[in-house]
Amino acid sequence: MTARTITYRDAVHEALREALRGDERVFLMGEDVGYYGGAYACSKGLIQEFGEERIRDAPLSESGFVGAGIGAALGGMRPIVEIMTVNFSLLALDQIVNNAATLRHMSGGQLSVPLVIRMATGAGRQLAAQHSHSLECWFAHVPGIKVVAPATIEDARGMLRTALADPDPVIIFEHATLYNEQGELPETDDYAMDIESARISRSGGDITLITYGGSLQKTMAAAEGLAKDGIDCEVIDLRSLRPIDDATIMASLAKTHRAVIVDEGWRSVGLAAEISARISEQAFFDLDGPVARVCSVEVPIPYPRHLETAATPQPDKIAAAAREVLRR
Amino acid sequence: MSADNQVSLSRAEAMALLGQMILIRRFEEKCAELYSAQKIRGFLHLYIGEEANAVGVMRALSPDDAVVATYREHGHALARGLPPGEVMAEMYGKAGGSSRGRGGSMHIFDKKHRFYGGNAIVGGGLPLAVGLALADKMQKLNRVTCCFFGEGAAAEGEFHESMNLAALWQLPVLFVCENNGYAMGTGLSRSESETSILQHAKSYRITGQDVDGMDVVAVRAAALSAVGAIRNGEGPRFLENKTYRFRPHSMFDPDLYRQKREIALWKTRGPVLQFSKWAIETQLLSQSDIDGLEEEAARTIDEAVRYAEESPWEPEEDLERDVYTPRKVEETAR
Ligand SMILES: Cc1ncc(C[n+]2csc(CCOP(=O)(O)OP(=O)(O)O)c2C)c(N)n1
Repeated sequence: MTARTITYRDAVHEALREALRGDERVFLMGEDVGYYGGAYACSKGLIQEFGEERIRDAPLSESGFVGAGIGAALGGMRPIVEIMTVNFSLLALDQIVNNAATLRHMSGGQLSVPLVIRMATGAGRQLAAQHSHSLECWFAHVPGIKVVAPATIEDARGMLRTALADPDPVIIFEHATLYNEQGELPETDDYAMDIESARISRSGGDITLITYGGSLQKTMAAAEGLAKDGIDCEVIDLRSLRPIDDATIMASLAKTHRAVIVDEGWRSVGLAAEISARISEQAFFDLDGPVARVCSVEVPIPYPRHLETAATPQPDKIAAAAREVLRR
Repeated sequence: MSADNQVSLSRAEAMALLGQMILIRRFEEKCAELYSAQKIRGFLHLYIGEEANAVGVMRALSPDDAVVATYREHGHALARGLPPGEVMAEMYGKAGGSSRGRGGSMHIFDKKHRFYGGNAIVGGGLPLAVGLALADKMQKLNRVTCCFFGEGAAAEGEFHESMNLAALWQLPVLFVCENNGYAMGTGLSRSESETSILQHAKSYRITGQDVDGMDVVAVRAAALSAVGAIRNGEGPRFLENKTYRFRPHSMFDPDLYRQKREIALWKTRGPVLQFSKWAIETQLLSQSDIDGLEEEAARTIDEAVRYAEESPWEPEEDLERDVYTPRKVEETAR
């Protein structure tokens, strides 16, 4: 099997293009997805290829067009709704939480909402508090939707395909610092990636580092650094934040007996807290030490580089937490 | 420039209007340069081409009125009288900035000047303005809250909810829609079924008018009459200022959605150009007056950049400061 090097952005672009080609019911809708080419340039050129009907520029009406996406999904279409960033998804929370997530269950299983929502998330670009939120856990809290966080090029392309085939609403979080990342993509027609399991990104025996999305690379960097000192880390990329793949986590802990969770969300009441709770419920007797968390400092993310860096998880903080757990 | 506006303009007022527009123009050109030099980071939305709006409207406000703006607010901050050094230091992210450097270009706040930001969520400022005005009304303070926003915001629910509340409760708000024709890359006719934003406001029974947002004299006159009515207890007013941004939406925007010809055409109506020409023709100002304003702006900007350069970074230990009100401050505030 051959491979080629492309960016995360191009992987998303390809996935969108193939989805649009493969199924007449698929259309892309969101702010500036058309002539602007997408705020992160993921849909550049698509309006020229597929037209205004299927690459649908929406006004600044997040609640309106997300709701319309839900309605269109109910009505037999397969919409991909792009919300420019998670920060603006807050204006659409009502539609996502009260409609998309509830309709199937509340209608006694009669309705289904095959909707995909994509949005950028996270800090790291010096855009200040209102443009730097990591609110994946808010959505992962809600039954009725699935939440995924592709951290690799392969997942950026492959998870969209699976999400579109899913009969229920799937939210895809793309960390904004990943779009320019390059990686290898295997040439294959069957590139769909599952949207419910975690992946072992690096195997090791001393400690398990659990993370997702924009923190994966930082965690891998920490693991590389620790390896130089003879600390052998296993890194788990959660990939899916709802459901969470407990089995992969617990199997790893049965081997390493120690865990650090890395999450760009805030520590309080967040995803890292949830995973920590699951570990203590399911793997308490496997543990040789307390579970540690590396999360964002509990402040609105500030604009200056040094403070933004200080506020978010970084390889040195991850490595320090791992050493602390290992007492090395 | 409309004839009836000319008569009421004194030389001093003309100097103030042009001086502020030139300051904003040169300040932002400097910002673009500093962005390339990576002194300013993140998003940077320039106001170049739209200066007449902030400058004209601000002349109608008094110091105890309040101002709410968007992420494209450097011009508003300067026209409101915020110290240029502090605005520049904010762009740098330095501790001497208006918001201690924490907000950057999109989040300039200055309580002393009743300048309530700097909001990066489109439409997010409108309900705030309604609330500020509600507080004034409930406390029987005869003050005006002036809220600036782009035409893109008119598609948000928050716009409509705010219009309704302001009209329903007859609140002292001046809504200023800076209609520059595009919300990022989406032209108005591609995002609104009714492209007159004023018409939307009128449907909520708010009185307003269309204004030539490239003509600072017209903007000033419209704002003066609107603010007069608001102070008179006549409820909210609405201005739809037709304007244009000469630069891309932000420094990240490749500007693929507009014709070069369209931009060039609007530039011929540029507010600084237009007003300077008119002021000279009518002999209100001389070329040497204008040269003097340019020199003064250059000095102010040099000074602002020096202040920003010399200002310290906020120490990392202060990262968690001001998430909540410290106990002591809370007690003295009561
Ligand atoms: C709620 C929300 N949605 C989307 C964005 C992204 N965005 C920032 S500015 C902008 C265009 C706004 O246009 P307009 O209101 O006309 O103001 P202008 O930028 O032209 O001054 C968009 C879509 C945002 N900041 N907030």
